[in-house]
Amino acid sequence: MESSHPGGLTATMRNFSRNRMGMVGLAMLLLAIALAVFAPVIAPYDPAKPPRATIMDIYLPPSAEHPFGTDDAGQDVLTNFLYGARVSLMVGFFASFIAVAIGGVMGLSAGFIGGRTDNILMRFTDIMLVIPDLPLAVVIVALTKPSLWVIVLVIGLLGWTSTARLIRSQTLSVKQRRFVTRARAVGAGNFYIIRRHILPLVLPLLVVNTVLVISLAILNESTLSFLGLGDPTAPSWGQMLNFAFTRGAMSAGGWWALLAPGIGIVWVVLACTLIGQGLEQVLNPRLASHNLSSTKQMILRPPRTQSQHAPQAPDQA
Amino acid sequence: MASPLVAVRNLRTLFPVGAHSVFRAPATFVHAVDDVTFDIDEGEALALVGESGCGKSTLALTLLGLERPTTGSIDFAGQEMTALKGSELKAARRNMQMIFQDPYESLNPLMRVGEIVAEPLIVHKLANARSDREARVRAALEAAGLKPPEVYLERYPYQLSGGQRQRVAIAAALVLEPRLLLADEPVSMLDVSIRAEIINLLAELKQTRKISILFITHDLGTVTAVADRIAVMYLGRIVELGRTADVLTQPRHPYTKALLSVTPAPNPRLRKERIILKGETPDPTRLPGGCRFAPRCPVAQPLCLASDPPLTALETGHTAACHFG
Ligand SMILES: Nc1ncnc2c1ncn2[C@@H]1O[C@H](COP(=O)(O)OP(=O)(O)OP(=O)(O)O)[C@@H](O)[C@H]1O
Ligand SMILES: [Mg+2]
Repeated sequence: MESSHPGGLTATMRNFSRNRMGMVGLAMLLLAIALAVFAPVIAPYDPAKPPRATIMDIYLPPSAEHPFGTDDAGQDVLTNFLYGARVSLMVGFFASFIAVAIGGVMGLSAGFIGGRTDNILMRFTDIMLVIPDLPLAVVIVALTKPSLWVIVLVIGLLGWTSTARLIRSQTLSVKQRRFVTRARAVGAGNFYIIRRHILPLVLPLLVVNTVLVISLAILNESTLSFLGLGDPTAPSWGQMLNFAFTRGAMSAGGWWALLAPGIGIVWVVLACTLIGQGLEQVLNPRLASHNLSSTKQMILRPPRTQSQHAPQAPDQA
Repeated sequence: MASPLVAVRNLRTLFPVGAHSVFRAPATFVHAVDDVTFDIDEGEALALVGESGCGKSTLALTLLGLERPTTGSIDFAGQEMTALKGSELKAARRNMQMIFQDPYESLNPLMRVGEIVAEPLIVHKLANARSDREARVRAALEAAGLKPPEVYLERYPYQLSGGQRQRVAIAAALVLEPRLLLADEPVSMLDVSIRAEIINLLAELKQTRKISILFITHDLGTVTAVADRIAVMYLGRIVELGRTADVLTQPRHPYTKALLSVTPAPNPRLRKERIILKGETPDPTRLPGGCRFAPRCPVAQPLCLASDPPLTALETGHTAACHFG
């Protein structure tokens, strides 16, 4: 017998495991997490006790000693890359946790309570939505002492608006459904209804959104660090890019110092996007045949090859 | 005579329409339930009949306290429902359960049948021992005709047919052993072939458990098996009320006559001439001054446009709101 309904979280996860795109994304993300977690084991050097570097060690190309080459300070790029993964992923996860928590609570309260509460919360969300995140984040981080936690907090506190809107609209639509009225008729209170009837139907969407917020947070952190606003005691991928970029990696031919962190960022963001797309396909099967990826088109055109080849036919004959 | 289980007096539920805010009072109202008075006795089934949009569901939701009445009183088992709040209202709802029209929408798709039926017990913190609760859930499923209950406990609504879903909804209503069941068009979304089964189930529950039932329907053809009395509703008001046989055989209000004439009779030869009502139902926000049925009434007189007829007794227990009934 079937053990769960297609709309629930368990079933979503099971169907997700059959979605190739999503699973590729998940594998990519897990690999990145594994590298970050096991950085002390994998990394060839200890960043706390770097080997003495001389001017001769700057921007050394990849070699057995330095698989990813060395950077502007003659340090091993692979080591920095692995430890940078820890910083980038941590910021991404913590900041998105803050964003999703705020957005989830905001959206749920606005959608469920409705009326004036909804109005006030959504006005506030709209204001936050029109304020450009990045310039504001730059200003705030620049004004404070650069620290990892300030960055986490700023990205988290500025990144919840899309979650709030999404969760609000889903809550609104679930709230209107008859089974919620039936639960009220039975005598259930608001908290019970939210916990038992609203949340289970909102949760799958929240999970999709979380994945996308994570990638956005990682991107934002990279941008801030690239602009030189990162925490100098915890170098992230963005900061590696910043050092390489501002300290002449390109002119010295040290492209590897840019490539490693760049690939890291793209890798994780791509992984999250793939997971998000996969989850979305599972939740909304109609998306499975996306107009960009499928051969079926809404507007049928006569096959182009025919019309192009027709005049040439005599020549070929 | 013992006092009735439910006594509704001059109940009015208005919905504001159009733009309004804290600063601007709404200009117009939908008179969804407009001055309704009726009783339901212990163990009695009252059918509430009327066309779509006449306010039947709103009346049921108002009885439950899910819609706040504008004026009027609802005496339920000696308690004034309109004055109840919070935990008192919750306790009163234990004795009054509702079955909704759409069994596809009224069950949470993510909950198993066992969880759905147990939910009222959990909400009201009844039968807290696990075994106790399971026993009551099984008993309710059996009473709703889902036998053996083990087959259904672990299923999800999408694995059931429409009729089975409605039985689950009935089981969930029965598990609290309510005194009043509000059945809002419980069969209108179901296949014709299973309507009779569900209606017979309700009739049986009334017989064996002495549950009072408010049976809401827009189809007079479904009432005979269950209802002791019929209330005919038109635009928020009860226009005729009487024993089932009386109303069906001697309708007094022209609206009831029209409804009856379009209800398919079991024997086509007995079918009377159809009375097709002319015109549209008036806008429920702007009701006509006189009798609200007058604009569509085939026998309307000048008097009808001038004065609104009250519900008057014709013979024992049969009332109609018509100047010429
Ligand atoms: N929440 C609401 N806000 C505003 N108007 C409402 C609301 N609920 C119902 N109405 C209006 O009240 C009137 C009665 O609606 P109701 O749902 O009670 O009718 P009904 O007799 O149950 O119809 P049906 O047979 O289609 O279920 C309708 O005109 C409807 O548009
Ligand atoms: Mg209705």
